[in-house]
Amino acid sequence: MRAVTCRAAASAAPVGTRLTRRRRSYLGAGCALLAAGFTTPAFAQANTINTADTAWMIVATALVLMMTIPGLALFYSGMVRKKNVLATMAQSLAAVTLISILWVAFGYSLVFSGNGPWLGTLDRWFLAGMTMDSVNPAAKTIPEALFMLYQMTFAIITVALVAGSVADRMRFSAYLLFAIGWFMFVYVPLAHWIWGGGFLGSAGVLDFAGGLVVHLSAGIGGLVAAKVVGQRHGYGTENLSPFDLSLAVVGTGLLWVGWFGFNGGSALGANSRAVMAIIATHLAACSGALTWGAIEWSARRKPSVLGMISGAVAGLGTITPASGFVAPWQGIVIGIVAGIICYWACTWLKHRFKYDDSLDVFGVHGIGGLTGTLLTGIFATASIGGASGLLEGNPRLLLTQFYGVAVTLVWSAAVTFVLLKLVSLFVPLRVSREHELEGLDISQHGEALQ
Amino acid sequence: MKLVVAIIKPFKLDEVRQALTAIGVHGMTVTEVKGYGRQKGHTEIYRGAEYVVNFLPKLRIEIAVASELAEKAVEVITANARTGQIGDGKIFVTPIDHALRIRTGETDSDAL
Repeated sequence: MRAVTCRAAASAAPVGTRLTRRRRSYLGAGCALLAAGFTTPAFAQANTINTADTAWMIVATALVLMMTIPGLALFYSGMVRKKNVLATMAQSLAAVTLISILWVAFGYSLVFSGNGPWLGTLDRWFLAGMTMDSVNPAAKTIPEALFMLYQMTFAIITVALVAGSVADRMRFSAYLLFAIGWFMFVYVPLAHWIWGGGFLGSAGVLDFAGGLVVHLSAGIGGLVAAKVVGQRHGYGTENLSPFDLSLAVVGTGLLWVGWFGFNGGSALGANSRAVMAIIATHLAACSGALTWGAIEWSARRKPSVLGMISGAVAGLGTITPASGFVAPWQGIVIGIVAGIICYWACTWLKHRFKYDDSLDVFGVHGIGGLTGTLLTGIFATASIGGASGLLEGNPRLLLTQFYGVAVTLVWSAAVTFVLLKLVSLFVPLRVSREHELEGLDISQHGEALQ
Repeated sequence: MKLVVAIIKPFKLDEVRQALTAIGVHGMTVTEVKGYGRQKGHTEIYRGAEYVVNFLPKLRIEIAVASELAEKAVEVITANARTGQIGDGKIFVTPIDHALRIRTGETDSDAL
C-alpha cells in the first residue's frame, strides 16, 4: 500500500518539475526501500505536512524550551538564597542537556510509537526510520521530527520542575541520577498513557497540554522528594528569604510568554484552537495573579510581587490541561480558582503538614495541575475542543478526569519514592550539613556569585 | 590625629560629605553595613513564611583628621546626619597612632 502511494506521488509530480522517467523510477524504488525499512505501520508517509502549522510549531518549540532556559532557571534561582543560585540554575541546565539526549535515544519512541496500553515500542530508537517526510499520526500536518522536538521540550521542563522542591539541599550527583530515573520511569510511562495512545487517553482522560503529564506528576514527585530528602537546615527558624525576586519576575515573564507555545502549541497547528488556548492561558495567568494579590492584600495588608507572580504561574499551570477544551472567558474563572486554591496550598497546607517544598512545586504545579484537570471535566466545551463537560450536561468526563488524576498521583508518588530510595543506595540525596551551610554553589560547583 | 567613625542613615551621605568638604575634610571611606540599636526592624513575608528582619542598612563613614579638627567634624556630621527619628546613628572618635600616604610616603599630618 505504501509503495503504491509513493509511485502515485511520483507520477503525480507536477509537469514543471522535470521528473524524467529514470528519476521517477528511482523515486519509486527509493520509496519501496524506505517502506520496507519501516517496521510499524503507524507512521504515514503522506503529503499531509502543512507549512503554516510547521512554522508555528517550530516557534512553539522554541518558546517551550525558553520556558526552561532561562525561564524556569531564573524563576527558581531568584527565590533561593544567594549561595545556591548557580546550583539551582545548574539543575535546569542539567535537565535540558540530559533529557534531550535521552528523549532522542528512547524517550520519544517509548512514548509516541505504537499504541500499546502501557508503553510504546522502540521502533524509533535514536530516531531510526524517521525521515524528512514522515509524520506521527498524532500530528499529521507537521514533520515527525518537529513533533518529536516539541514533545522533547515538555519532557525537559517536567524534569526541571521537580528540582524546585528540593532546592538548596539536594546533592548534584544524586539529582542527575534521580532526573534520569524519573524521566524513564515516571514521565515516559505517563506521557504514553495519556498522550501516546496508552490506557488513560483511551479511557477518555483529557489533558490538553500537560496538567497531568507535566504539572501533577512533577508536583507530586516534588512533594515526595521534599519529604524524603527532608527540610532545609534552619527551616522554620532561620531567614531563608529569596536572593533576588527580580530574577524571579523576569523568569515569570519568560514562562508566561513561553506558555503561549506550551498551550498554544499543543493544538499542533496554526489554527483557531491554538488561539483560543492561548487566550484562555493568558487570561488565567492574569486572573490568577490578581486573585493571589487580592488575597494577600486582604490577609496580609500588602500585595506582594512574589504573590503576583506565584498567582500568575498558578493560573498558567491550572489552565494547562483545560486550555484547548474551554472557552477563553472560562480561563478567567479557572485562573481565579487557581489563585485561591494554590495560595491555600502554599501557605496553610504546607505549614500544616510541615513539608519543605522550597519552591512550592506541589503547591503551584501539583495542585494547579490537579485542579485544572478536574476543572476540564467541568468546563469542557464541545464547540472548542470536541468534548463536553459537566456544565454541558456530561458528568462522565469529570469522573474520567478523577481517574486520570488518581493514576497520575499514585504512579508518580510511588515511583518517585522508590527511585529516591534507590539513588540513595549509591549517593546520599542531600549534601552534608557543612556543605549546605556553605552553599551549593561552592560545594557542588566550586563557584560563587560575587 | 583622630579617626572619626560615624554610622549614619544611608540617604544622609551626600549632605554629610558636602558639609565635611566645606570644613576642610577632603577624603573619606564609606562602607555599607547593617546594624540595629533602638530602631526596630521590619517583617518580610514570602508565600506565608514570615521573617522578622532586625538589621537595617546603614553607612559607616571613616575620616582621618587632625586632632584640632576632630570636634568640628563631629559637630558637622551630627548636624547633617540628624533627622530626629530613632536610628540616626552614632559617632566614635579614636586616636590614630600613625598615618602614611602610600604614593608619596608622607607621614602623619602630611598624610591627612
